Amino acid sequence: MSDTKAPLLSVKNLTIALPEGFDRAHAIQDISYDLNPGEVLCVVGESGSGKSMTANAIMGLLPDYLKPTRGSIDYHGRDLLSLPEEEKRALRGRDIAMVFQEPLSALNPLMTVGEQIDEVMLVHGNTNAAARAARVLELMEYVGLPDPATLRNAYPFRLSGGQRQRIVIAMALALEPSILIADEPTTALDVTTQAQILALIKRIQRAKGMGVIFVTHDFGVVADIADRAIVMEKGLIVEQGTADQVLNHPKHPYTQRLIAAVPHRETERKESNGVEAADEVPLLELRNLNKTYRSSEGLFSKPRVVPAVQDINLVLHRGQTLGVVGESGSGKSTLGRVIMKLLDSDSGQILYHGMDIAPLSQASFRPMRKKIQMIFQDPFASLNPRQTIGRILTDGPLANGVDKTTARKRAEELLARVGLDASAYVRYPHEFSGGQRQRIGIARALMLDPDILIADESVSALDVSVQEQVLRLLRDIQDQLKLGMIFITHDLRIAAQICDQIVVMRRGEVVEMGPPSQIFDAPQNEYTQRLIEAIPGKEWHPEQVIRDLHKESI
Amino acid sequence: MQFIKRFSQNYGAVLGLIILAAIVFLAVAAPLLYPGNPWKTVGMPLLRPLQDAKFLLGTDMLGRDIAAGIAHGAKVSLLIGVVSTLVAVLIGVTIGAVAGFYGGRVDDILMRFTEFFQIIPTFAMAVVLVAIFSPNFISITLAIAVVSWPSVARLVRAEFLSLRQREFVQAAVVIGQSGPRIILTQILPNAVSPIIVTASLMVATAILTESALSFLGLGDRNMMSWGFMIGAARTMLREAWWMSFFPGFAILLAVLAINLIGEGINDVMNPHLRGRKQ
Repeated sequence: MSDTKAPLLSVKNLTIALPEGFDRAHAIQDISYDLNPGEVLCVVGESGSGKSMTANAIMGLLPDYLKPTRGSIDYHGRDLLSLPEEEKRALRGRDIAMVFQEPLSALNPLMTVGEQIDEVMLVHGNTNAAARAARVLELMEYVGLPDPATLRNAYPFRLSGGQRQRIVIAMALALEPSILIADEPTTALDVTTQAQILALIKRIQRAKGMGVIFVTHDFGVVADIADRAIVMEKGLIVEQGTADQVLNHPKHPYTQRLIAAVPHRETERKESNGVEAADEVPLLELRNLNKTYRSSEGLFSKPRVVPAVQDINLVLHRGQTLGVVGESGSGKSTLGRVIMKLLDSDSGQILYHGMDIAPLSQASFRPMRKKIQMIFQDPFASLNPRQTIGRILTDGPLANGVDKTTARKRAEELLARVGLDASAYVRYPHEFSGGQRQRIGIARALMLDPDILIADESVSALDVSVQEQVLRLLRDIQDQLKLGMIFITHDLRIAAQICDQIVVMRRGEVVEMGPPSQIFDAPQNEYTQRLIEAIPGKEWHPEQVIRDLHKESI
Repeated sequence: MQFIKRFSQNYGAVLGLIILAAIVFLAVAAPLLYPGNPWKTVGMPLLRPLQDAKFLLGTDMLGRDIAAGIAHGAKVSLLIGVVSTLVAVLIGVTIGAVAGFYGGRVDDILMRFTEFFQIIPTFAMAVVLVAIFSPNFISITLAIAVVSWPSVARLVRAEFLSLRQREFVQAAVVIGQSGPRIILTQILPNAVSPIIVTASLMVATAILTESALSFLGLGDRNMMSWGFMIGAARTMLREAWWMSFFPGFAILLAVLAINLIGEGINDVMNPHLRGRKQ
């Protein structure tokens, strides 16, 4: 990047006011940055930081109640903010294109994907149908879709998440724009797919010399793709520089905090304390567990059969944290739900303290439920919005015959234990942030003194800094209470941070099992190797950065 | 508090509330305003409105006061509307909740049972039921309830089917709460808004059904009712328009008021529609 080249796009002092009643006055304040031709600019931040806001302002996609109050977005001498809608529409797609987070909702379910790529060219005045058709095939080929001639006639629901995102990218590329804006384009995708899409964006950007604005929350992704990076917090740019500066020599305390929170492997963590307990009866043992989903048989159709859990054998000891890792559809959540008996298993045994709980009816299992508890994924859906926190916490003990005062005392202890104020007891879930709600979820699980705790993607919905706090809380609890914990996650980095043993699942089967050191340093299975390979930012070591910072300060 | 504030911003709903309050007042004050039996002849037959200062809305062909009839009829209409809706909601919520929560075979049986009521034209069924159990307040109320609960059951079942999948309900299962407890304390409070909205609109339908039954002569013979008054006036339509016009207008006002209130409650309780006027 030479300094002599004029920037493609330059945002100057952009300020967008929020309507009254929000927690701050401005969605973004005084944002200035340049996008140069041929570079990938990453905008990083946590939820609510306003990182998507400039991208939306550039595309003219701000909702009605948000109005830019100051500043300009300069593109080839024109200010995009004051451009009339007509001219802005001509620019969209032709000069500036966008890729959205969720490819399924970005595509029209009633049109074939070929038609949708075609339409982009049609609305921009390309009336030559044959030329458009040829271009559709060329684009689909270019974004790496197999067999474009057949696939162009497919509807979006037929395609996998990664293929859909490739279609969206092909649409964005149809008119050879000079700027591509990608708003969290890989967040909804599995890691292996994410790695492919990142490589694709990088490849296209190199080949076409486009400027790319890439909005993300994931520092790993930044490390993989960025030339320059901007870190945002609460609507302000706190740090801006080349990728190397921001990632390896962060200056602002907020950036440093974020980087410290990025999940990474802890080399000094003790591994596999399952060995010491090897001769006692395991807390939980799964033997040849099976669960298959079957759709009901129609008159003319065969039932769809999806084996979600196949012949699983696992052992969980007291004090052990077992990570279950897999991509979407691997059956990892089904496994958790089958152990919880929220779903019935088809065959196999679930031995709890040596007793098979699989054949028990719901009614006869209910008294034992308190010993196996779960922390759910979505902190917003897992708490009843109509109940106070006190009610949510004490419901469990009350259902198990504990009296009110004891339950209340225990609830107050646990609120303090998970780092919440005692006043939370009388408040309602909507008054808390996502991280706080997840703490409440953890407290609810602990109210019943369980032996086994199953955490199903319990930190996936949280920002990295909150994620790190919740993980630390879980680890403290584990160290003190010596539970058996099953930690289900799609993120290998998080599993590495908290687990003693990791189980890698794929299509309902366990493909590899072992301590993190084996899974990460010497993965045996080809699929595990692919997963490890796909982890974003593996060339970058946040823990090293933080260690260096500490050294400098001393 | 917030509910009242948002509700009061909806002018239609406030208007509806004022009209309804006036009708309720009329119903309660009827024995004081128009003491005595509204069925009794009190003046000359077929007096036009305002012809005699004693009979503001005129009299019918038997010399009965139209205004007294409307005031006393308000009580019947409102009472039957509200009570039959309450009974319908009770049946509908019970069946819908059990079907939606337990699913499977239970759901199949209960929904087939519900459909059994849905395949018969509702008004025809109400007529038959009232005709079988001689027309009186209780049989009319029950007949209206019996024909209107299936829509509540369908609605509640749909709500339960979706709420049952939510994580907080699974969390309740996991902490060992029993099925009935989960239905009552976890799911039902979250399904209350659509139930209230539907119920408020059902009151209006019930009033219309009662009027229609009375019009056909299937009303309670001991209670004056708007529908009966219109029915009695149908032979005199050209000679004495006021006999059917005023009770008809009363029905219109009552149903309109309740619909406005129902819409208002819906707007306030349904977060997706909040602020759609902006």
